[in-house]
Amino acid sequence: MENVQTVNDKKVMASVQKKEERIHNFQEVSLGYTKEEAYKEASRCLQCKNPRCVIGCPVGIEIPKFIEAIKEEKMEMAYNIITEASTLPAVCGRVCPQENQCEKMCIKGFKSDAIAIGALERYVADYANMHHLKKNKESEKKEQRIAIIGSGPSGLSCAGTLAKEGYRVTVYEVLHKAGGVLTYGIPEFRLPKQIVEKEVVDLKHMGVEFVLDTLIGKTITLSNLKEDYDAIYIATGAGLPKFMGIPNELACGVFSANEVLTRINLMKAYEDGNTPLYLGDKIIVVGGGNVACDVARSLKRFGKDVSIVYRRGISDMPARKEEVHHLLEEQIEIKEFLNPVRICVDSNQLVTGIEVVHMVSVGTDDKGRAIVEEVRDSKEVLECDMVVMALGTNINALAIENTDIKVRENGCIEVDGTRTSSDRCFAGGDVVTGAATVILAMEAGKKAAYEIIDLFEKEKTSVV
Amino acid sequence: MVKIVENVLLKENIYKLVVEAKDLVRNALPGQFVMLMTHEESERIPLTIHAYNKESGNLTLIYQVVGAGTLELSKEKETLFSLVGPLGNPSELIVNVDDLKEKNILFIAGGIGVASIYPQAKYLHERGINVSIIYGAKNKQFIILEEELRSVCQELILTTDDGSMGHKGVVTDCIKERKDIDICVAIGPMVMMKNVSNLTKEMGIKQIVSLNPIMVDGSGMCGACRVEVGGKVKFACVEGPEFDGHLVNFEAAMKRLELYKTIEGKKYLKELEGETHHGECANCE
Repeated sequence: MENVQTVNDKKVMASVQKKEERIHNFQEVSLGYTKEEAYKEASRCLQCKNPRCVIGCPVGIEIPKFIEAIKEEKMEMAYNIITEASTLPAVCGRVCPQENQCEKMCIKGFKSDAIAIGALERYVADYANMHHLKKNKESEKKEQRIAIIGSGPSGLSCAGTLAKEGYRVTVYEVLHKAGGVLTYGIPEFRLPKQIVEKEVVDLKHMGVEFVLDTLIGKTITLSNLKEDYDAIYIATGAGLPKFMGIPNELACGVFSANEVLTRINLMKAYEDGNTPLYLGDKIIVVGGGNVACDVARSLKRFGKDVSIVYRRGISDMPARKEEVHHLLEEQIEIKEFLNPVRICVDSNQLVTGIEVVHMVSVGTDDKGRAIVEEVRDSKEVLECDMVVMALGTNINALAIENTDIKVRENGCIEVDGTRTSSDRCFAGGDVVTGAATVILAMEAGKKAAYEIIDLFEKEKTSVV
Repeated sequence: MVKIVENVLLKENIYKLVVEAKDLVRNALPGQFVMLMTHEESERIPLTIHAYNKESGNLTLIYQVVGAGTLELSKEKETLFSLVGPLGNPSELIVNVDDLKEKNILFIAGGIGVASIYPQAKYLHERGINVSIIYGAKNKQFIILEEELRSVCQELILTTDDGSMGHKGVVTDCIKERKDIDICVAIGPMVMMKNVSNLTKEMGIKQIVSLNPIMVDGSGMCGACRVEVGGKVKFACVEGPEFDGHLVNFEAAMKRLELYKTIEGKKYLKELEGETHHGECANCE
């Protein structure tokens, strides 16, 4: 069937849980494509000879090929094409900012809608999980042992790539569950934890060992690890919450986004978990990223009045468009162009409000986002009894404290490719870039795996 | 899973827990803490290290049953679901032990804080440093580890609120005459640490306190444990748990500790009495 490009050539939207229903549960919002929907969307792909989408994909998935396989109903083939390049397709199909990557590059996007590559990737991955399709080939077992510090997307991606090539991999994790931000950070309604657990189980089947409850730098030092392993990949991420440094930020009722999300996602404060969750009746979340949206939407599901305060405009929010759209549908108000200057408290140090100053756009930066300035004499108090700060995170550096690993001025690890200043130590993901995205962290994990393999190969030849 | 060697009642509501934790004790030092979970769905509980044996790999913790989480822990005799550590920094005195040769160190233990004082006093005493301990408890029934403490110091002074053992009164009563002290370390309830810090500030004595704020992960990720020290916000789990007592904002720290009291109290009653405590009578609010 030939595709005729017309202005009416809209992408197929996957169905979503009704907004009235979903604000009362933590089940996934997007329900994913049916077989028919996936076929219809796959058929829209032009199968470009020089596909721009592949250039837009940080891990270089051969996108047109897997889409063609969906169209031909060769699902195992589609899965193999994806997993050749990506270790976590079910995760990336859900949380990648495709609109800024592959889909942004899609030629169809100029005249109508870009192909819904993310939704198709998710469809393939979910099909594979449901039908227990196995990931690619197994390689001959190798002798070398690699320790990976951190079980977030970067660590898992590195582990998967190395295990596929037959290397012996151990992943260290400080928490009692693997997955890093995929487990403690991203909520169930956006990324079901079952999917993350499945990815971890798959890696275990490939021979990857997971050592939980272990803080590298404290339980075991980096030099201890270096004695036991042939190479180390540091993927500790950026998980230390930032605060604004405004008065009364230590008040009772002010939380970091990480704390709220960890209590909900990791400790299951909303179902059988015994970890308590503090809930206000009128909650303000400060920030404009995916994390701010995740917190606001999570708290909304406890039946609370939730709004977001952001210092720029809605169109400047770094959160994914889809998330902002879902959030607005869920009756969460975004109060734009407001910047908090003080937390208001009562005599018991309980939050009673947040004082904000109005901001005005005075131009745009090189990323096209508004540059904002304070409006004089525009302070006002927004009443609330709980404030959550979702302002981004600093890197986790405990593993490299008191080691010879060099860091840049901003505290991030200095690398050449993924090599650190220390012999046999590699690093990637947020701990190198500062807080970024799941897919970029995965790309770094994959790249590190190949650089580690390269090191081993070179050593092999030099010994011979 | 972590194997429990013993989990026994010492006195009243105070328990001793010994677990096998070879990897954890290898790098452990006095002043550090651990986080544990009894079952998969339990809370993560922070506890300061009481004792460790590098040869056997056993770790000893002492805890008081104060809520649903610790009550559940006291009932478990076989295994712990999770245990991570050592977390936080070792005590400043342990790290700088070589500078303490001619110094007089006074430890102030309040209630269960005595469990954290013991390993520090022991470490210093074994290295020939002059150690005194003042230990305050509610009454005689709550005094634990008396013999152990005597073996790691030159002088042990006991105080109880009701005078049932040692001096009648509070620990600060016994500090006032101690002009010979160079460094004071206080570990116990926030209000005790606050009072001791105020007193030593007047006396011009260096003061160290170990803070025990609310924590979720214990590795710097949640920020629940943030405290104000010298006007700056610090994360107790990675930058502490010990701080200069003269710089800590105790008022804010005490308020933050109370944050979950109502929620916790209800859970504790539910754990004790089962579903009978449904809260619908509204009499207990």
